[in-house]
Amino acid sequence: MKHIVTIKTRNLCKSARNGGCGECQTSCQSAKTSCIANQKCEKSQKK
Amino acid sequence: MIHSYKQGGLNIVLDVCSGAVHLVDGLTYDIIGVCDKSPELSREGIIKEVLSLPGRENESAEEINECLDQIEELKKDGSLFSNDDFKELAGQLKEKTSGVVKALCLHVAHTCNLNCSYCFASQGKYHGRRAVMSLETGKRAIDFLIASSEGRRNLEVDFFGGEPLMNLDVVKGIVEYARSLEADAGKNFRFTLTTNGMLIDDDVIDFANREMSNVVLSLDGRREVHDRYRVDYQGKGSWDVIVPKFQRLVKARGGRNYYMRGTFTHANPDFVEDIKVMLELGFDELSMEPVVCSKDDPSALDEKDIALVCAQYEELAQLMLQRRRENKPFTFYHYMLDLEDGPCIYKRISGCGSGTEYLAVTPWGDLYPCHQFVGEERFRLGDIWRGVTNTELQGEFKSCNVYSRKECCDCWARLYCSGGCSANAYHATGSIRGIYESGCTLFKKRIECAIYLEALRSIEG
Repeated sequence: MKHIVTIKTRNLCKSARNGGCGECQTSCQSAKTSCIANQKCEKSQKK
Repeated sequence: MIHSYKQGGLNIVLDVCSGAVHLVDGLTYDIIGVCDKSPELSREGIIKEVLSLPGRENESAEEINECLDQIEELKKDGSLFSNDDFKELAGQLKEKTSGVVKALCLHVAHTCNLNCSYCFASQGKYHGRRAVMSLETGKRAIDFLIASSEGRRNLEVDFFGGEPLMNLDVVKGIVEYARSLEADAGKNFRFTLTTNGMLIDDDVIDFANREMSNVVLSLDGRREVHDRYRVDYQGKGSWDVIVPKFQRLVKARGGRNYYMRGTFTHANPDFVEDIKVMLELGFDELSMEPVVCSKDDPSALDEKDIALVCAQYEELAQLMLQRRRENKPFTFYHYMLDLEDGPCIYKRISGCGSGTEYLAVTPWGDLYPCHQFVGEERFRLGDIWRGVTNTELQGEFKSCNVYSRKECCDCWARLYCSGGCSANAYHATGSIRGIYESGCTLFKKRIECAIYLEALRSIEG
């Protein structure tokens, strides 16, 4: 019997491999007082 | 490190360092709880401990073993009880991109046509004099941004105030100037505008919908809630004036790339009622945020409010779920969690970039770490002609990351909030490395709700 369902997520450990491109949107620009996880990865958007 | 919680009938287990999210049955939830609390226990020890839990006396060892086998698989796979190997990466992204600026908050108007008592910017004046930015200063800010952005292609400029539409001609001139440089400089400008709506007309709508990647429209929801604080200098509420203007702008925009941005205070901790009003008005890209102010301010949220707001966040999640199932979805900014394509670990441990890659520019060209530090002279970093000259202060912001605050190192939400907002920390504790506790409480609740909604979306399709 399956006791665990795993939701598909970005593996954060593997995301360390590219060193961070720095192109993702700066948080406060998106919409002011309680800013990161709801940003999107710029590279992923271009896939 | 894991974080386990129950919401809406789901048992949710977040593996903090890998970002994995697991939905588990009740027995597995309890077993994972035992493994987390007593990692030294052998398999026999775990079974014994689980059987001693209330209501688990009659579970079979066979079934517990089956659960433990599946837990072991996830551990081996690195998606449960994974280690935090990121500490040595902290600061690397900021070091690698030291001196690079990619976003500016342009304070084009330190003046406002509203007189909101809860305004963090003291009615747009930022505790200083009224002023508007000249086109010459705005152009210089764009030159400074391009020159400081090195290899970054995407540059962001937020028109902010005060009320930026009180200086519309300069806003238009700055956009035109930046667009004229884009191709040769190899840059892509994304402009945003934050407005109280009072000066919106056909000209503004046409300009904003042509040039602004996003517009942030200030509306607090219910008329009586909005008009309690958001009044003009005669004390007259602004709701009746701005709502029709916002509706026209959003309709002309095709209903996309905007935010209704409200603030909730001690007067309306039941902010879901304000969300419902916004939905009735036809808006469906929404953000409501807690007021940030000193504890003795009459609008400040107290402990009772915080508890109510947490319950409201759960109610909001259920409302979103219901509307999604009725094919009438709406977005709530803080629940927009992208589990599959969210930011990489470098971004998550580096924070928002204030004081380093993101700076605020005053009407006269001074540089500050972000809009919330403007007006605090000791946070002046330099100016757009000479660049950052207070390198010692910038160093303080550069060294801010998830691991620079002891409390964050032990927090399950650290890779979602990235250490939180330096300005909130400063205003609450007097230090940019302080901990804004009530902000943390609300943030964690929001992330729990967001993960719950995304997990449901994933299994429901």
